[in-house]
Amino acid sequence: MDRAAVIGVGITKIEANKVKETFADMVWEAVNKALEDAKMTIDDIDNVVTTSNDFWDGRTISCMAVGDASGARHKNVSCVEGDGTFGAFYGLSRVLSGSYGTTLVTAHSKGSESVSSLITNAAFDPIYDRSLGMDMISACAMQARAYMHRTGTTPEQMAMVSVKNHGNAMLNPLSQLPMNITVEDVLGSEMISDPLHKLDCSPVSDGCCAVIIANEKRASQYGSLPVWIKGVSFCSDSYFLGDRELSKAKSLTQAAKKAFSMAQISDPLSEIDVAEVYDAFTYQELMWLEAMGLCQDGKAGINLEKGYYGIKGKLPVNPSGGLLSGHPVIAGGLIRIAEIVKQLRGEAGAYQIAGAKKGVAHGVNGLCGQSHCVWILDQEK
Amino acid sequence: MIDIFADVEPMVFKSGINVPYSWWAGETAERFFLALRDDKKIMGTGCSICEKVFVPPRKVCPLCFQENMAWVEVSSEGVLESFTIVERQLASLPRKAPVIFGLIRLDGADTSILHYIEDADHTDIKIGMRVAAKFSDERSGSMHDIDCFRPVR
Repeated sequence: MDRAAVIGVGITKIEANKVKETFADMVWEAVNKALEDAKMTIDDIDNVVTTSNDFWDGRTISCMAVGDASGARHKNVSCVEGDGTFGAFYGLSRVLSGSYGTTLVTAHSKGSESVSSLITNAAFDPIYDRSLGMDMISACAMQARAYMHRTGTTPEQMAMVSVKNHGNAMLNPLSQLPMNITVEDVLGSEMISDPLHKLDCSPVSDGCCAVIIANEKRASQYGSLPVWIKGVSFCSDSYFLGDRELSKAKSLTQAAKKAFSMAQISDPLSEIDVAEVYDAFTYQELMWLEAMGLCQDGKAGINLEKGYYGIKGKLPVNPSGGLLSGHPVIAGGLIRIAEIVKQLRGEAGAYQIAGAKKGVAHGVNGLCGQSHCVWILDQEK
Repeated sequence: MIDIFADVEPMVFKSGINVPYSWWAGETAERFFLALRDDKKIMGTGCSICEKVFVPPRKVCPLCFQENMAWVEVSSEGVLESFTIVERQLASLPRKAPVIFGLIRLDGADTSILHYIEDADHTDIKIGMRVAAKFSDERSGSMHDIDCFRPVR
């Protein structure tokens, strides 16, 4: 792969309910933060990829509505429906094609404006299973149980993910739910869909993220510190939940293998300094770490108990507080990329991982992690 | 700076999208639903290459990417692969909570179907237990021609 880098990132504050802002206001804010961060103007942007979802936005062809706020008028703009990591993958491909030197990628959603249970129910097949009434939480609860059954992961270990990530969020001024909580608080919170308590689930959130990707020549042209993209891969599993081995994320294993090998990383655990993974639910952080090869299968819960994944641990995971502390769908994965960029530049503030040089960011699309996108980022070229 | 909105309720525009759809089931699903409605039989399709039996049936094998599939009847009994007890009245739920959803691997099938589990003790239900379909008395050709799955005692 030719060299390319992330040269600017912008994240809005993640909030439960941005009553004073429209979706376009959020995008405007994130895009301008990213431009300022990259020391660029909108004229330096060669093309734009927006990431949105029509159901979450409540309008069809939602990508056309977000173009104005992204500065896309009179530029080549394209869109991705799904998580922001997939939008960024497309943005990167456009840079690598040689046709564009820079791509601005945006991803946004306002969960507060609709009913997430109804929207995620509509992801199920309308002929076979939608009318049964499952949604993302109940489907993931079933996956959580299958994962716990196979690996012996306990409710307490899952709760510890929530305790860690909400605690990390206390250090992140952009997060929605900084909380000092205990395992007992998590286990005592409302049981929404057994085995998932309220505090095992990420909240409904509003937020936007923008990222600027540049080719090698343009990356050093504007004066920001480039973070180099060393490996990227995505991979998808079957659509029907019943076709998959639900307690395993085989598509993530494949995507991670390819991304690490592209980055010439043979022992991810010893070479990766920080990870931001898609923790929409507590069990997912553990399950994704194992599937990515950052932990022996079934051992993530035990490692978490030993403190491996804390900010000062062997492999800090979601030092920003993760999605459990604020989960704007669609933007979720792009925020993971932006957070790793901040870490590798030494700009993560109170949750900075000392000496972080290489990091992995991860995004998910579809029910129960049907498809996964893995990014390996590096301080060095 | 004075916040002119400080004491003002934010303006909200309430709306909704209500678009009717008519989904053609397609020949494969149609045959599955007719067997369910008329004969209380659960049908799958088996791939001539990998020999996996898919329920619900597929016209094309998703693993081998080929369409030589044969119809096979599978059992209305099987094993509970996973489940969740939904305690909150989620907006998507058509039934009153608590509702138990399960993934059921029917005998003779290589994939699992989603459905309700009923008449199961909430403390006793577990992965691996055997469950059987209870067919609805009135059937119209949909997934609801199976009312639910119940533990085999």
